[in-house]
Amino acid sequence: MATQKTLGESLREHGVTRRGFLKFCAATASMMALPPTMTSAIAAALDKARRPSVIWLSFQECTGCTESLTRSHSPTVENLILDIISLDYHHTLQAASGDAAEEARLAAMKENWGSYLVVVDGSLPGPGSNMGYSTIAGHSNLDILKETVEGAAAVVAVGTCAAFGGLPRAYPNPTGAVAVQDIITNKPIINVSGCPPIPTVITGVLAQYLTFGTLPEMDDYKRPLAFFGQSIHDRCYRRPFYDKGLFAETFDDEGAKAGWCLYRLGCKGPSTYNACATMRWNAGTSWPVESGHPCLGCSEPDFWDAGGFYQALSVPTANATHTLAVAGVAGAVVGGVAAAVAKKQQRHAVADREPVTIEQLEQRL
Amino acid sequence: MSGPESISLAVEVPKVAQEWGNSLPILHEVRHALERLATTGVPGIIDLGAIPFGPGDEARLLARLGRGEVEAVIHALGETRIWESAVPAVWLIDHYNAEGERIALHIEIDRIPSLLLTQPEDLAEATARLDGILDGEGGAGASA
Repeated sequence: MATQKTLGESLREHGVTRRGFLKFCAATASMMALPPTMTSAIAAALDKARRPSVIWLSFQECTGCTESLTRSHSPTVENLILDIISLDYHHTLQAASGDAAEEARLAAMKENWGSYLVVVDGSLPGPGSNMGYSTIAGHSNLDILKETVEGAAAVVAVGTCAAFGGLPRAYPNPTGAVAVQDIITNKPIINVSGCPPIPTVITGVLAQYLTFGTLPEMDDYKRPLAFFGQSIHDRCYRRPFYDKGLFAETFDDEGAKAGWCLYRLGCKGPSTYNACATMRWNAGTSWPVESGHPCLGCSEPDFWDAGGFYQALSVPTANATHTLAVAGVAGAVVGGVAAAVAKKQQRHAVADREPVTIEQLEQRL
Repeated sequence: MSGPESISLAVEVPKVAQEWGNSLPILHEVRHALERLATTGVPGIIDLGAIPFGPGDEARLLARLGRGEVEAVIHALGETRIWESAVPAVWLIDHYNAEGERIALHIEIDRIPSLLLTQPEDLAEATARLDGILDGEGGAGASA
């Protein structure tokens, strides 16, 4: 159960010195994508913060999100965060099972009513679907979600499945999968999308709630702007090649070897908002584009159905209309490409380095 | 487009490391921070973890900054390595966890990195800590 000790007290009991605490806060600021000058403010807030109770529900998922979190380099700031939250229920990680596990969830809810966080990974069969596709202890995902969220302060939907339906919702969606936000409409929801999400982004969101007790500023998809505020394309180190019109045409041509832009190999960076380009993966080692592979757009809604992974956004295909329609409906901006539809902007696009349209880009190639 | 079967297994290393040009803007940012420090006394700090560096960009930046006269290591939740660059008042703060994995890399522009200073909270407890040591030696008034 959640302890009444403050975080500062807990860390001091673990023998963490003041310098160690400040280092922890500096790394936390970096993790939360906040400026390093916020370190002292974070230290003051964390010193007094109390451990929140967290109930983690896993529905129709591949466990990749939990794997992403727990298989991050350990022990780390992320693990410290997990040590200092009170993870009272996690279907995958907990040792308890059966009635004991479910009783732990109900007890955590009762003890922390109104203040606990619910983390969900995985989509769930929605109303009107066969609830037998995904159950826990004989109860449907839908019932468990509604029951657990009732006393929650907020819900964090971790992974693209929980945030947008993800793979289970891909056509033809045999289980009638829906996202958490399709069901829960009376509680604050934070979507931490990604397939899986970057572990530091998961813990960064939890750290923000722990630190400031508030929800982060979010975009139209309820994703924290600190991590999803800029497109992969805009933060990509290969962006200068895009601007110069230098593209790899195959995975093994001279352009690929020279590290040119992967746009024509299907990179969805222009329409994808995530922090891969700066936070990277595997303890900051690398990320897909640095490994020579185009971005798949895994943090965006319907990314499985939004055209082929290796079809360039601008290359006409049989379902290109569908692709752009999805992007348009979803409000995704194709690298500033689809955004620049005003004719006046189009005329001056190249000269002024304004965003250009797909057609203009094709003409430049 | 080539398929997986056509991808060569040979690892080809470029003879000349690719220059992505992403370290130069950081040097300009450092220069602005240095001017601010000199004119107003306000320090600056840059989180290099938030910079979209390409392969080798960070190494090139650190090489350009060079190493100065001062180095320090802090042992707290893993090592933190600190060194002054060849440019006075420009410090590199390299944080690692207990497993030796980097968790943050900062450039701090100040006369001395704030983390090296004794923290006020520790100063408040310093006398009590020393009194405890003296008690262990037979008391503050005991003769040697």
